[in-house]
Amino acid sequence: MRLFIAIVAGGLFGLGLHLSGMTDTNRVQGFLDIFGAWDPTLAFVMGGAIVPMAVAWRLTLGRKPLAGSMFPPRPSTEITRRLVIGSVLFGIGWGLVGLCPGPAMASLGYGGIPGVVFLVAMMVGMAAAPRVSQILDRRTASA
Amino acid sequence: MEVSWLWGLFGGLIIGTAASILLLGNGRIMGASGILGGLLDGTARRGWAEAVAFVAALIAVPALFHYLGTARVETHATASPVLLIAGGLAVGLGTRLANGCTSGHGVCGISRLSIRGIIATLIYIGAGVATVAGLRALMGGL
Repeated sequence: MRLFIAIVAGGLFGLGLHLSGMTDTNRVQGFLDIFGAWDPTLAFVMGGAIVPMAVAWRLTLGRKPLAGSMFPPRPSTEITRRLVIGSVLFGIGWGLVGLCPGPAMASLGYGGIPGVVFLVAMMVGMAAAPRVSQILDRRTASA
Repeated sequence: MEVSWLWGLFGGLIIGTAASILLLGNGRIMGASGILGGLLDGTARRGWAEAVAFVAALIAVPALFHYLGTARVETHATASPVLLIAGGLAVGLGTRLANGCTSGHGVCGISRLSIRGIIATLIYIGAGVATVAGLRALMGGL
């Protein structure tokens, strides 16, 4: 059951990214290009995605997942160095190429060599994160 | 092209539905970087089979629509290896340090009014805007 739900969610996520144009880097960089020919599409995608999700969060109250033991805990409110540094790095990489993790995977089948190079580099960055995170924590501890 | 926002809204609703199904069904947050990253650093643990299934469907469905359907999309990604590698490394490292990306912090975080999700989204959009402006200034275009 959990596997089936994961496949349905992954497939729908890919379909939504594909149909919305978010696997086209021109659209994403166009959204970030507020000083040029701004493309607002991404704002509609995010707005459209937030609506059903806001309803879903309401539905979690006082219930259990259909095929799970519990819902995610309440989110932390702590604004950490990791959150800020990580988000800045992510934004820089996102601006440089116009791909974020979801679309990088969704477009793998038709993105050719550039898509593969980006995805491999992204996975290397992900694998390196626990190390970098330790270094950041050590700095914080000694400061 | 004029209707791109309508496709955006439609695709966005599908993405939100996908995230809702994963949350209400499996009790999981649909974060692309968390699901892929968890597989790479071993934090997915017992959920690894679900994560693999999710990623496989996420890759297969758009490819099917691209090759079999009429909805063809070109990614228009840069051919520059330097940009691709630097961008990929930064996105991979950054999303794991921040514990989320556009789907996790953006869609799933903002929809529950998570302060971390909102702050992260403002920061990465700001950094992305600055980067694109910088690229434009340096290269005279994208």
